[in-house]
Amino acid sequence: MKKELQVSAIKNGTVIDHIPPHLLFKVIKLLELEKIKTAITIGNNYTSNKLGVKAIIKIEEKYFEDNEINKIALIIPNVKLSIIKNYEVVDKKVIEVPDKVVGLVECMNPKCITNHEDIVTRFKVTDKKEIDLKCLYCEKITDYNNIEIRK
Amino acid sequence: MNNKSFVSINDYSKDEILELMNTASKFEENPNQNLLKDKVVASVFFEPSTRTRLSFETAINRLGGRVIGFTDASSSSVTKGESLKDTIKMLSNYADLIVMRHPLEGAARYASEISDVPVINAGDGANQHPTQTMLDLYSIYKTQGSLDDLNIFMVGDLKYGRTVHSLLMAMADFNPTFNFISPESLKMPRAYTSYLMERGIPYYEHLEFTDILERADVLYMTRVQKERFADVIEYEKVKNVYVLRNAMLEGTKSNLKVLHPLPRVNEIALDVDENEKAYYFEQALNGVYARQAIISKVMDL
Ligand SMILES: [Zn+2]
Repeated sequence: MKKELQVSAIKNGTVIDHIPPHLLFKVIKLLELEKIKTAITIGNNYTSNKLGVKAIIKIEEKYFEDNEINKIALIIPNVKLSIIKNYEVVDKKVIEVPDKVVGLVECMNPKCITNHEDIVTRFKVTDKKEIDLKCLYCEKITDYNNIEIRK
Repeated sequence: MNNKSFVSINDYSKDEILELMNTASKFEENPNQNLLKDKVVASVFFEPSTRTRLSFETAINRLGGRVIGFTDASSSSVTKGESLKDTIKMLSNYADLIVMRHPLEGAARYASEISDVPVINAGDGANQHPTQTMLDLYSIYKTQGSLDDLNIFMVGDLKYGRTVHSLLMAMADFNPTFNFISPESLKMPRAYTSYLMERGIPYYEHLEFTDILERADVLYMTRVQKERFADVIEYEKVKNVYVLRNAMLEGTKSNLKVLHPLPRVNEIALDVDENEKAYYFEQALNGVYARQAIISKVMDL
């Protein structure tokens, strides 16, 4: 069986490929897939030349906005997105980690002003490999393991 | 956003720091200048800090300005249930400058975004206290004649001490050498040592005072606070290791100065006070000149 057939093809929509399996559920939560009404196919633990095993998410009739895509990049740096139109891959995007993260993430510092007043959080990405986010307000680092998406 | 605000020591370049040193020395020569005549300064302390507040209010008064405000949040009806945003909006309508101390980190940056007038950060939680750093720099500049090429010893709580962190960052542009003396549990955090390493700035870590003290130009002492130790026995073990006594200053360089942000507990023995190398009381006075310089910079005076 050909590798591409591990998950059935979609007509129109987005395929998120090469997701490390341990991050699959985090991605699902992050993208709020439960709110999407179109067909979603989720596959886990497929063989992958690059990762050994991987997860794939295919979402019909869904094209992500930039700020949604930025969320994914924070969780899976350099994740690959394929845009599908009429069964054809019309665009492939490798989503790079952004320089700045605005409004998406909670500051992990409980004494940060952004956790006490209604303020849009702002971070500078100080390390794109490890994903370290430096809060513009309290100047503390929120590291990868402590990234929580704002409600 | 008001970009004249002074929120973090990192807001100022090397040249701006040197410019402030120069202005501070002019204020020291002639402290009473009417530059803030007819200006109102809001001095708002959401947590008490008598030392910092008096220093600021002295600076404002010597510049001929008038002060409104409060000395801690509990004594002010203004803050009851009101958001920081609304308080700052109101204050920026009343005053020409806001000097703010707040227990939450990042409060000053936020205030500077909301306010139409400049905001000076007088301490935001454990984050920044940039006017303290500026007075430390001025004390070093004044006593050493320059900020360049100095061997700076930092002693005590190097983990939680925000004053040493800010001073380290500010001095990094001036080709320093650092020596850190602290218990293992209160070491300089890796974020700062790796910053030094990246910039090729030499630093050495020690667990106790050694004879290398004779190379020091600046000895910056900090409090080792009991609350910082999970284990009381550990505190009892180290509490006397980081105490500076007069006899230890024998053989040190003639230009050496001992600094401390004050108040001290027991980390500097009283017999050091008589030594001409003890500088911590003058250091506090330098705070008035440093703050006058900062006020005149943010107000474009
Ligand atoms: Zn923060």
